[in-house]
Amino acid sequence: MKDFNNIMEIQDFSFTYPKSQNPALRNVTLPIRENHITALIGPSGCGKSTLLRSMNRIHDIYKGCQYQGQIKLKAEDGTASNILDIQKENGFIKLRQKVGMIFQKPTPFPMSIYENIAYGLRISGIKSRYNIEEIVESSLREAALWDEVKDRLHQDARRLSGGQQQRLCIARVVALKPELMLLDEPTSALDPISTGAIEEMILQLKEHYSIAIVTHNMLQASRISDYTGFMYLGDLVEFNETDTIFLNPEKEQTDRYITGKFG
Amino acid sequence: MEKIFARLSQISASLVFLVLIGTMVTLYIAAKPAIEEFGAYFMIDSRWAVDVPTESTTTNPNSTEQNETSDSPSSTASTEDMELDNGINVGDEDINIGDEDINVGGEDDINMGGDEDIAATTEVYGGAIAIVGTVFSTIIALLFAIPLAMGIAIFLSEIAGPAVAKPVGIAIELLAAIPSIIYGMWGLFYFGPFIASLLGGHSVSLLIAGLVLGVMIIPFMAALSRDAINTTPDVLKEAAYAVGATKFEVIKDIIFPYAKAGIIGSIIISLGRALGETMAVAFVIGGVFAYADSITAPTNSIPVVLANNFSESSGISLSSLFYLSLILFVVSFIIIFTAKHYFLRREKI
Amino acid sequence: MRLLINKIVLGLCSLAALVGLVFLGWILTTLIIKGTEALSPYIFTNDLINNGIRNLLVGQFMLAGIATVFGIPIGIMAGIYLQEYGNGTKYAEFIRDLSDIMISAPSIVIGTFVYAIIVIPTGHTSGWAGIFALFIMMLPIVVRATDDMLSLVPTELREAGIAIGAPKYHVITHIILRAAKVGIVTGLILAFARVVGETAPLLYTSGSSVYWSHDLSETFPSITVSIYNLATMPDEKMVQLAWAAALVLTFAVLLLNLLGRFVIREKHH
Repeated sequence: MKDFNNIMEIQDFSFTYPKSQNPALRNVTLPIRENHITALIGPSGCGKSTLLRSMNRIHDIYKGCQYQGQIKLKAEDGTASNILDIQKENGFIKLRQKVGMIFQKPTPFPMSIYENIAYGLRISGIKSRYNIEEIVESSLREAALWDEVKDRLHQDARRLSGGQQQRLCIARVVALKPELMLLDEPTSALDPISTGAIEEMILQLKEHYSIAIVTHNMLQASRISDYTGFMYLGDLVEFNETDTIFLNPEKEQTDRYITGKFG
Repeated sequence: MEKIFARLSQISASLVFLVLIGTMVTLYIAAKPAIEEFGAYFMIDSRWAVDVPTESTTTNPNSTEQNETSDSPSSTASTEDMELDNGINVGDEDINIGDEDINVGGEDDINMGGDEDIAATTEVYGGAIAIVGTVFSTIIALLFAIPLAMGIAIFLSEIAGPAVAKPVGIAIELLAAIPSIIYGMWGLFYFGPFIASLLGGHSVSLLIAGLVLGVMIIPFMAALSRDAINTTPDVLKEAAYAVGATKFEVIKDIIFPYAKAGIIGSIIISLGRALGETMAVAFVIGGVFAYADSITAPTNSIPVVLANNFSESSGISLSSLFYLSLILFVVSFIIIFTAKHYFLRREKI
Repeated sequence: MRLLINKIVLGLCSLAALVGLVFLGWILTTLIIKGTEALSPYIFTNDLINNGIRNLLVGQFMLAGIATVFGIPIGIMAGIYLQEYGNGTKYAEFIRDLSDIMISAPSIVIGTFVYAIIVIPTGHTSGWAGIFALFIMMLPIVVRATDDMLSLVPTELREAGIAIGAPKYHVITHIILRAAKVGIVTGLILAFARVVGETAPLLYTSGSSVYWSHDLSETFPSITVSIYNLATMPDEKMVQLAWAAALVLTFAVLLLNLLGRFVIREKHH
């Protein structure tokens, strides 16, 4: 585990939802490698989204969540800090700017395409109009959306197609130059063509960003990810390189899930 | 910033609570002289501003600090019974209710300095006429409005095609938005004389007040009931038609049982509205302090008493008006609360 | 037999609908016929002292308008509390219930309350008293509209805002309120339309005046209160003026309602 190439290290992590007796995650230990794609797979309710949502502590907008263990996030200077220690609102805000998140359903803000990206930039403290324009363009290019929207940047973002909306949401996160991007089933609400476009984009983003993706589409995990974790009922059953998981899993449970015998 | 914003929103929400409590408390304080003076007997006393000779003896200990929340429903009920029994003269045998500590009451309260301490007589106030008038005009309104509103609701949701139901539905909803004073004027100048020429009697009366109220709540009740009926799942209806039920049977056996709670809720909400309505009634009820000896005779209702007498009143008479206002508030509070909690769990009103 | 009953009942329902509509049509026809008798440009350019309704219209809209200016921010903030901060808590549920009850509270009672706390201490009716009464009428309606509309905003949008590192209040004011904008605006228009046609809470709070007035600390012109006064006068001319005023008021209220509907219709395109 002492790998300097880990952007995040989850150690012995357990999580309990408010008003719940049983933990939704039990003693999960998992590294997220820098500049690689890590996929989390498993049947519904296995805790993969819960785990992902712990990584930027989005759970905390609801009161009463309980965490145990450690989630260490590497800072730029190489030191690591436990994000579970964060208590103050300011800390959360900084964390979420460093660890971006894309949701299952596209979530364009009710404003123009341009403003959707500029909004996050302004919040993070970038005031210069020139800088903002530049970043809006570069992040739209990274999200492979620029050519489609460059003539209508000031249109309402909600008028884009579903796939375009999702890429806009990715551009919105990319614009903040996060150290880690969390994708929570980003293509499950999209058609196959949009899904293809987004997968391609994710592969390109890998060059500059570290990515963790939750998916229940096993083919997707095998196509795009470098590492895969298989989860079941709140436990991380197996974690390894994607090829190993899919071709030669250690655990029988993993094998049965991969080959479609349950789940 | 975040904290300030959250705090501000919470304060704003609490303001709703404060206003409600403030209303209750203020009305209670303003009504206190009258509550102390007349007690719960106020609600079955039919005399309003009647001079009664002061007697130095037999001060019957009026129960002060009455909590009318608990006893208003029962009193209203008993008032109804009395009304049914003997119509007009209720209060004659109860003269000893007036007592001399009225002066104390008048002086204790700062704002209520009044002219009632003219020696030898005191004025007695009772709300029975207004309460009875309110109850009966509301009952008449409901009797009149329920069948028509249900007819409209069923017509809109089950009988008429969308081409008719949509514009008619919108028209009904718009009519619910017309200021109630318009209904009152129409009642005074057109509907009242029309009914009077049909049935005889006065052109302002309990009956006409009830009917105008009824017409006023029809669009409201119809729109709410239609919404309730529309919540019936189509599958249920189709299943019933599939076994050969007629439209009437579907309405009777499927839709009504399903939408019952919503429909009853809409009726109760409309009842609350009729009970507290001022302007539609003020023009047509007559505003006289007498029981209606027939249904076509003028009488009074709580909101109308308040509307007509407030600005000229002071002292114990003003306090009595506040007492009436408090009764109205508490009763409608209970009615609306009932409707909300038992019939309309978080639905549109 | 079953079919006969069916026919009869359906016929009765249609008849009931027809009767109901006849009544309502009767009212509207009366209003239009009587209202147009005295309707002329003259009444819009003169005050009641000269047999016009200019001061009344302006006064009424000022009362309702200023009540709205206070009612909107406070009502929206309260709605935000119910949906964004307190949602699910006992206290928020309690406030929500009270607010719903306040919507249906008899308006005359609110008038008596304001009379007790403002008119009695100051000794006279005033524009501010009327505004306060209308504000109380309006507040729960705005709370309800905001609460309902915010509840329709998908949770993901809130999370997405939080996930890019925006503070919660910023997410609420810049994203969630914007997403719910159309619905809230409709609610506000309907709330305004509701209070602008109110008479009972104004009767002895603002009173009404025959003169043009800007001074809210004095008795203030109100069209509804004046309609009430005029309609009961023996002078036929005054009654006609009351009808004209009633027509203008109804027209304004219906127009506002249609506007509210139109706004919400636009959203669904």
